[in-house]
This record gives sequence, structure tokens and C-alpha cells, in this order.
Amino acid sequence: MKNILAYVESINGNIKRSAFEVATTAAKLKSKTNSLAIAAIINGTEEIANQLFDYGINQVINIESDILKKYSAQGIAKAVYQLAINKDCDILLFPASSDGLELAPIIASKFDAGYIADIIEMNIENDDIIVKKPVYAGKSIITTKINTPIKVFSLRPNVFTSVRQNSTSKQFESFNPELTINDCKTVVIDTVKNEGRLDVKEADIIVSGGRGMKEPENFILIEELAKVLNAAVGASRAAVDAGWRPHSEQVGQTGKTVSPSLYVACGISGAIQHLAGMSSSKVIFAINKDKEAPIFKVADYGIVGDALEVLPKLTEEIKKIKEV
Amino acid sequence: MNILVAVSRVPDTATKILIGSDGKSIDTNNVKFILNPYDEYAIEEALQLKEKNGGRVVAITVGPNENQETLRNAFAMGVDDGAHIKTVDMNFDSFFVAKNIAEYAKSFDPDIIFMGKQSIDFDSLQVPSILADLLDFPVITIVTKLEVNGNKVVAEREVEGGKEIIEASLPCIISAQKGLNEPRYPKLPDIMKAKKKPIEERPAHYYDNKIEILRMELPVRQRLNKIFNSSDEEIKEVVRLLHEESKLI
Repeated sequence: MKNILAYVESINGNIKRSAFEVATTAAKLKSKTNSLAIAAIINGTEEIANQLFDYGINQVINIESDILKKYSAQGIAKAVYQLAINKDCDILLFPASSDGLELAPIIASKFDAGYIADIIEMNIENDDIIVKKPVYAGKSIITTKINTPIKVFSLRPNVFTSVRQNSTSKQFESFNPELTINDCKTVVIDTVKNEGRLDVKEADIIVSGGRGMKEPENFILIEELAKVLNAAVGASRAAVDAGWRPHSEQVGQTGKTVSPSLYVACGISGAIQHLAGMSSSKVIFAINKDKEAPIFKVADYGIVGDALEVLPKLTEEIKKIKEV
Repeated sequence: MNILVAVSRVPDTATKILIGSDGKSIDTNNVKFILNPYDEYAIEEALQLKEKNGGRVVAITVGPNENQETLRNAFAMGVDDGAHIKTVDMNFDSFFVAKNIAEYAKSFDPDIIFMGKQSIDFDSLQVPSILADLLDFPVITIVTKLEVNGNKVVAEREVEGGKEIIEASLPCIISAQKGLNEPRYPKLPDIMKAKKKPIEERPAHYYDNKIEILRMELPVRQRLNKIFNSSDEEIKEVVRLLHEESKLI
């Protein structure tokens, strides 16, 4: 094994949580071999680098380029590709975020290297890197490996742990990629934030509603509980297809696959396609009128009752606990 | 306009997955296969673009003989022609698919290539990006809104906690997310006509798989299964457990 490259995402100087997970994984791989754990940041700062050293990274390389001031998958991919060659890296790690999932395969293609997306586990067995990846939206899991010399992986956010550890060496360097404006084939001309809303992909707790909420107005009960728990609001396909909620909130096989610490399913029966998207949640709490609903089979905690009646009481009880 | 749409054949979302006898793939007996749901948005967008600008929409699929059914689903929605890149089995990876589509695309000279943001089998979201690199085209993934004006493309792309508005020029690759449009339902006469449409067949070019699947397993996760009724006392008890037992709130 040569060196390991971790691609780190930061927004306005703040490192995303998933970046520490990727950094920790790179440091862990490094500790088992004679290699360096290198983190790549784009137009970053020494302050960001210092945070990464706390997670066992040996070198932080700041890719400096005016052209990359705005996100461009193909521009960044080319720069990271050049850096990986320059630093002799043969393992490349990305977060499986919307940007990471767009970038990583481009770099894999440039190396004509194998790539495994959205992995949930990584182990070294007899010098091979063996990983696990959910397929069919988590209905099954493959154990797999890459057969090319260069190996590219993206790591599902919220699954890998981030562990603070001392780094054996701490180097901060700059790297100037050879790029022209034509390398950035796409340009971000604007970004729109969903103000005040947590994304289901990034939230530690999700409160989801389904058909059992009966009317879109009743989602206020979901929103109130979500507010108390600092949770994101999710929805079943039924609720989205009925036009009650935006599709960006849909959890399931044709929506988002999520693995929060706590998933609260309200008035969701647990159709197989919904279960596929949320069954890797650490703890599942279901509220449903029908005690035979499939959602209870995957639940850690369940309340058999009408979500519309249970939710206000539940929110009150949780508020009391939070106030103590 | 030359519009190419890449489509794939996947198990229906309601399928209960069982592991096949090789321990490395799914048991396909009694599995209903469908057109990949995200590809419906890709096809719809392609058809709307053709209706606006004129041109021809060709669907392409890489896979065994059964994939011709998937092309016929696309025909029923209104796709003009279909290309089937034939394989002997389903033992191939995303690079294989992307490289075969790239080869076809070079002879087709597309102005735009659409595909679903991911196939709901291996959920890797990688074919659009690999294809873009192979063809040296711009790529915009997870698109929920698209405008094509002359040579210019403006797309809304879904990202964590919001969206990005992205500009690129043709030829370009777009991967479709739910919300991009409302896919049309095929009408019965179109479904009948789709059955007779000729399909262009080409043998796939073979490349070594870069990925090796060692085994496939069903997820096992032990759940506590503590179920309560909806009385005030029991709601209190659940909150206590969430607080003290799982320490989540």
C-alpha cells in the first residue's frame, strides 16, 4: 500500500462532519501499513488543516486554485487526480455526499480504477481491503473488493466513527493544480438553502410521517416533535406522492436511504420500499394504529395508537425531559 | 436534437430480496423486473425536450436479452428507437456499462444524454460521472429542474440541505431525480405498438470487472421490539426508555 488520500469537504471554512469520518478511516488504514494519511482540501486554511491533524491525518494538502472557488465536479476531479499522482496515493476516500458521489467516479475513471460507492464498513484482510456496501436500497449487503491497483471508495455519512487521535507527523502544504477554465465544464451560478430545515441525509434524528397523518396540515405535529428533538422531517412515498411533502424529504427506495441514530416513524405502515431506506437506522421508534403493521417488526420501540393523538402527548413528555 | 436516454432493468421496489445459490447475487426466481424508476424521469425529460425542439430520442440499455422488455417500456412512453448492447449475463460492473454506452454515444453523436440518477439495484450513482469523463462531456447529477436554451443548459441539482443552480453547455449529461417532471403513463395502443418496434442490437465489448463480489447477505439487525399501547403512562415509559436506555433524547 502506498499513501491514502482523503477528500475533505468544507463549506465557508467549516468542515463537514462526514470529513472527520473520512479522515479517521484514512488514519486507521494508515496505522496498519507503512503509508501516509493525506487529506486534500480545496482553497482551505491552516485552521482547517489543524482540525484534521486531530484525527490522525499526517499531511494536509491545500489545493489552491481560483478556478475552483466555485464547485465544479470535473474541475475538482482533475485537481484531485493530479494530487493523487503527485503524492503517490493508491487509496482514495470520499464522503458519499451528493458532491462526493459525483466526483469520486470521475477520478476513478481517470485512473481506470475500480470504485465502490456508499460503503458502510472497511477492513483489511491479508493485505486486501474488504468493504461492505448495501445494495437494493439496503435489502441486502455485499462484501466486495477492488481488483485494480488504485482503489476508490465513498463512505456513507453517519456510519463510520470519527475518533480524535494524535498524528505522528503534521505537514501543511499547498498544491497548485494545472487547470484551465475549460476543465470546469459546469459552473454553479447560484445556491439555494432550505432555510431552517435539516436534511434527512445529514440529521442525527429523523421524524417521518406517512399516510396515517391523514392530511398535510397534520404534519405540524411532526414538525413540532422534530423541533424539540432537533430532527429533520421525513416522509413516506405515500405522503410525497399525495403532494403533502416535498420529494426531498422522501425516505425509501425511490427516495433517500438514511441511517440516523433515531428514526421516528409516525403513521407509516412500513412498505418494503420504505423499510429499505431506513432499516439501517440505529434505533427505530414507530407509532401506528395497526398493531400488525410491518414497521413494528423492525422497531426497537413502538406505540400502537393513532399518531395524531400520540404525537402531541409524546412531544410534551419529551419537552419535560429536555427541560430537566 | 439527438437525444440519448440510458435505461436499466431492475427488480421492482416491492421485491423481497433473497440470496441466490451462488451466495453472491440475488435469487431472480419470482422477481418482477421493471424499468428503473428514476429512468422514467429521464425518458419524460427527453420526450419533452424533443417535443419542444424536434429531433429523435433513442433509448440504450446494456444487459442480457431480457433488457429488450425495458426498451419496450421506453417505446411505450414515446421513445423513437432503441439500442440493445447485448451481454450474455448480468455479471458486469458500472464501468462496463459506462464504456459500452460511451462507445455507442460516439457513433450517435448526442446533443444530450439523460439517465436516472441511480439504478435501484446497486445504488452507486456512478455511470453518469464515468460516462462524462469518457466522453469529455459536462455532467450534472441529481437534477430536479432543467432548461435547455440553444446551446445552454441550466439545471437545478439537489444537494444536502438545498439546491445548486448549475450552468453548462451542450453536449451534456443529465441524471434525473424524482421531481424533475411527472412521467407520462403509456397508453394501451402505444404499449401494443411498442411490442413490434425493431431494436438495434450490438454485442457488448468486454472489459475485465474491476470489482469482485465475495458474498451477498441479508442484513441482520436485532431489534428490541418493545411495543406499548397509547395510554399516557405508556407514552411516558417510552420517553423514559429513549432517554435512559438508548440515551437518544
